[in-house]
Amino acid sequence: MRRAAGHHSSVIEELEVIAPSKLAIDNVSKSFQSASGTVHALDHVSLNVAEAEFVCLVGASGCGKSTLLNIIAGLERPDDGNVLADGKPVTSPGRERLVMFQEPALFPWLDVFGNVLFPLKLKPNLTNKDRRDVAKYYLELVGLTRFEHANIHELSGGMKQRVALARALAPNPRVLLMDEPFAALDALTREQLYGDIQQIWKARRKTIVFVTHNVREAACLGDRVLLFSPHPGRIQEEFAVKLPRPRDINSVDLAAYATRITKALKSLGQVEATVAK
Amino acid sequence: MKQFLLAAIFFAVLLLLWEAAFRARIWSPVLLPSPWQVASYLKSAAVDGTLAKATVITMRRLIAGYFIGLVVGLPLGLLTARWKLFRDTLGTMALGLQTLPSVCWVPLALLWFGQTEAAMLFVVVMGTLWSVVIATETGVRHVPPIFRRAALTMGSKRLHMWFKVILPAALPFIVSGMKQGWAFAWRSLMAAEIFVTILTGFGLGQLLHYGRELSAMDQVIAIMFVIVVIGLLADKIFFSPIEKFLHRRWGTSQA
Repeated sequence: MRRAAGHHSSVIEELEVIAPSKLAIDNVSKSFQSASGTVHALDHVSLNVAEAEFVCLVGASGCGKSTLLNIIAGLERPDDGNVLADGKPVTSPGRERLVMFQEPALFPWLDVFGNVLFPLKLKPNLTNKDRRDVAKYYLELVGLTRFEHANIHELSGGMKQRVALARALAPNPRVLLMDEPFAALDALTREQLYGDIQQIWKARRKTIVFVTHNVREAACLGDRVLLFSPHPGRIQEEFAVKLPRPRDINSVDLAAYATRITKALKSLGQVEATVAK
Repeated sequence: MKQFLLAAIFFAVLLLLWEAAFRARIWSPVLLPSPWQVASYLKSAAVDGTLAKATVITMRRLIAGYFIGLVVGLPLGLLTARWKLFRDTLGTMALGLQTLPSVCWVPLALLWFGQTEAAMLFVVVMGTLWSVVIATETGVRHVPPIFRRAALTMGSKRLHMWFKVILPAALPFIVSGMKQGWAFAWRSLMAAEIFVTILTGFGLGQLLHYGRELSAMDQVIAIMFVIVVIGLLADKIFFSPIEKFLHRRWGTSQA
């Protein structure tokens, strides 16, 4: 953890590690109308996430795990049930719970620095200098200080996701919601980011809900891995991954977990799910 | 530098050919004056102030009308993009009127406003407005939904969302609409000035018109030249830097 030395008080406050949220998802259901009829994306899903826990949701595409993430984010409303963050119901999006999407969703009209600054500008009670200092701090954290004036299209896929990570971390949210953020990246870049995200999670203490269809990725990152079954979307099984951190995606112990989870996934008939890429 | 040299040589050759055609007396000198005659008209018009006065009058009409077109068109475009009711009504009307060559507004403007500045302004506004409305609407509707979602989670809403997310995201479309609106406004203003004499001020179009009346071909060609130069300058000074910025930021190819 790099020290925020030389910053004045409000910046230090801003960079302080704050209490991460606990999430309570209670009996949440959600269905959509599609051409082929009603799709039960989520069917009475309940889930508790502890403070600073790293939870991975695994399942085939279309099993409702992204829908659950969007509901936690407040981007979608459940048909039934509710979501509590620190005991308060989630009714709309808010910067306490920031989302990282599969696409970096960076704004092309801003440069790298402008993108990281964007959520900070929406945060009250900070001077502009504070905002710039905080943005600089997070750019350094993801190792992109050198690229602060680069345009978005000039970055590689991995760098874009790093900027997106810095942008999501910048307003110091309590919860980080990640929707297959590494799915579009090459294996080498991904491995590097697994290391980074574990380090940042440890340093900044966030509650993380991470959606993926990559079993190995889930075993590498999660304290717990929850297996989703599709049609209707339900949590089928739960695996606690008890391995020391930082974890190496290529370790043998991790492979054993991944094999177990994959087996369970296959038994659900989800053969199309990616198996330990 | 090499580009500049190439262009200079190209135009020099063009002038030489013109001069040669003039000297060969293929056409009557009344129809084809020499480049020198055109240049000397330009010089005298510049010295006695005719040219500057006409340019100022024309530009004043153009810029005022264009500005009104932008200021009215942008919000209308946002309205049509935001609410289906406006899209089905105003949007359809804008689409229809945009296909109308803006010169076609001249007869109507004359009957409504008479031979006044208001008529000129009206024609320019009509030339600008519909392109801006349609480009803004298209631009806003092409903003990837993920931008809006990402901004929502970061706490952006309402006005902040419109001004800091949706409008900038739609900028490439809006700028191309502004450019088209400018081109339409410029063309329709010239047509209006050539058609209509307005006593409150002689614009470039009117100089062109009187050049024809007096069979002063040097004047006609000289004024055409000035009109071309103004068009080029508007592009180079105003639109080109904006487009360059957009291309650089968005990483779109610079055609």
